[in-house]
Amino acid sequence: MANEQITREEVEHVASLAKLALTDAEADMFTDHLGKIFDIVTTLAEVDTENVKPTYSVTEMQTVLRDDVAVNAQQSEALLNNAPEHQGTLIKVPAILNGGAEG
Amino acid sequence: MAVPNFETTIGLEVHVELKTNSKAMSPSPVQYGSKPNANTNVIDWGYPGVLPQANKGAIEYGMMASLALNADITRDLHWDRKNYFYPDNPKAYQITQQQQPIGRHGWLEIEFEGQKKRVGITELHVEEDAGKNTHGTDGYSYVDLNRQGTPLIEIVGAPDISSPDEAYAYLEALRQAIQFTGISDVKMEEGSMRVDANISIRPVGSSEYGTKVELKNLNSFNYVRKALAFEENRHAKIYMSGGTIKQQTRRFDEATGETVLMRVKETADDYRYFPEPDLTPIHVTDDWIDEVKAKLPETAKARKARYVDELGLEVYDSEVLTQTLAMANFFDETVSFGADPKRTANYLMGDVNAFLNEQQADLEETPLTPAHLADMIKLIDDGTISTKMAKKVFKAITKGDDPVEFVEKNGLKQLSDPAVLTPMIDEVLDNNEQSIIDFHNGKDRAVGFLVGQIMKQTKGSANPAVVNKLLMAGLQARKPE
Repeated sequence: MANEQITREEVEHVASLAKLALTDAEADMFTDHLGKIFDIVTTLAEVDTENVKPTYSVTEMQTVLRDDVAVNAQQSEALLNNAPEHQGTLIKVPAILNGGAEG
Repeated sequence: MAVPNFETTIGLEVHVELKTNSKAMSPSPVQYGSKPNANTNVIDWGYPGVLPQANKGAIEYGMMASLALNADITRDLHWDRKNYFYPDNPKAYQITQQQQPIGRHGWLEIEFEGQKKRVGITELHVEEDAGKNTHGTDGYSYVDLNRQGTPLIEIVGAPDISSPDEAYAYLEALRQAIQFTGISDVKMEEGSMRVDANISIRPVGSSEYGTKVELKNLNSFNYVRKALAFEENRHAKIYMSGGTIKQQTRRFDEATGETVLMRVKETADDYRYFPEPDLTPIHVTDDWIDEVKAKLPETAKARKARYVDELGLEVYDSEVLTQTLAMANFFDETVSFGADPKRTANYLMGDVNAFLNEQQADLEETPLTPAHLADMIKLIDDGTISTKMAKKVFKAITKGDDPVEFVEKNGLKQLSDPAVLTPMIDEVLDNNEQSIIDFHNGKDRAVGFLVGQIMKQTKGSANPAVVNKLLMAGLQARKPE
């Protein structure tokens, strides 16, 4: 881990996943920045975690759940007015061209 | 086997929408048919700074599904984020259970061609559904977030299925198992049950699986079967002509019955999963599992056994009645109102099913109620109406009429009172002396004629059993010397 370097290809891949268009200069810059961050983070690999359980939450709290009771916040009008565009009560967005829906 | 010399491997992934009151991560109501975006709040819209509030009900329904599918419940759960961009998912990630699915190592028994078989359930995840997009022709798409955040259970089946028909049997068994827990409507046509399929074929005896293809847009069990059968043949043809199958996602085209390429998968999807930092881990205790077990309704299997052992129904009848939860509940309620189980079963499997087919309706959508069916059956059993009259009464109760009132109002009551019938029978006998002689000379046809005369007199309302008895007595009394 400690000697691994983040590559420019990885930066470009992550940027495309995040739908970010980077210029060549930006890609170089982020490769450098992220490389430095990566270096700092990899120092953690030096810590002995042999008997440490994986941490999924930084609080000590556990099983905080909401009872299954429906509450309609009656916010839809305000939310729609806050959307860039809407038609009726639907949110209007630029045409979605290709697939990618999950479900 | 559909394709000679090849064996088929099918795995199904089923998403089931849960009927909780509120959404998985927000208190917004889960409700169909509302105005677009009416059931949304700032959490559903993914506003900056909002925090999810995990629904206890969704976790419990996940436990119920796990129990119904014989899966082990994971005791230490945490949520994960699955990241992707799409307008139906405004916060740009789905909260799911990638690392710690709520249930693991389950199985479902299916019966196929008279053979029982266990199909493995690899795991069950509780997760959030996405909103709904409609695509306009005007260069815009339209988004409704009502469904956004509705809890789902993803049921990942093991690749244990070896034919399209077996896949169909698995889906039927799965729908039944989930439906009887009451956690979902499991209706393909309403989207509360969705199926994706993976299929590959390999030469018989080969130790390695063939390349698998993913199938989407499978909107009914029948389409699942058709799409799988089409793929099976397509793969076989390609292999036999020396070609190779590419790993890809294909869509079923309902119009042509064929599958069509959607996209070639060049790289694995990259969803950058990581543990959800905004929610606490969940620990499931033994007590909690016991509590949920106590809330689980009777399974289809238990009902079948009860119908046969306690109510004396045939095994076949018990299977038909438990095909859907609505039918089984209707049967139980009707019987609880005092109707005879056997007659109730016959009505449900016969007239009621025919009525539902004709109306293309679900039982719970019709005005027919268990109380009315029970009252009608009781009217038949106590001789108030004949089974012939019951046809008319049945029609009326499918429209919501009260059977007792309907019978009263339309004079459909069967005439069973001997004090009323005897004088009528005497009159008929007085007027038909030849028939009496014929009867005593062994001509049985005479009885039919006399019964016909009495029915005519009573406009068909006489109770045939009572008439027969009284007529026989009258005939014996008038034996010629």
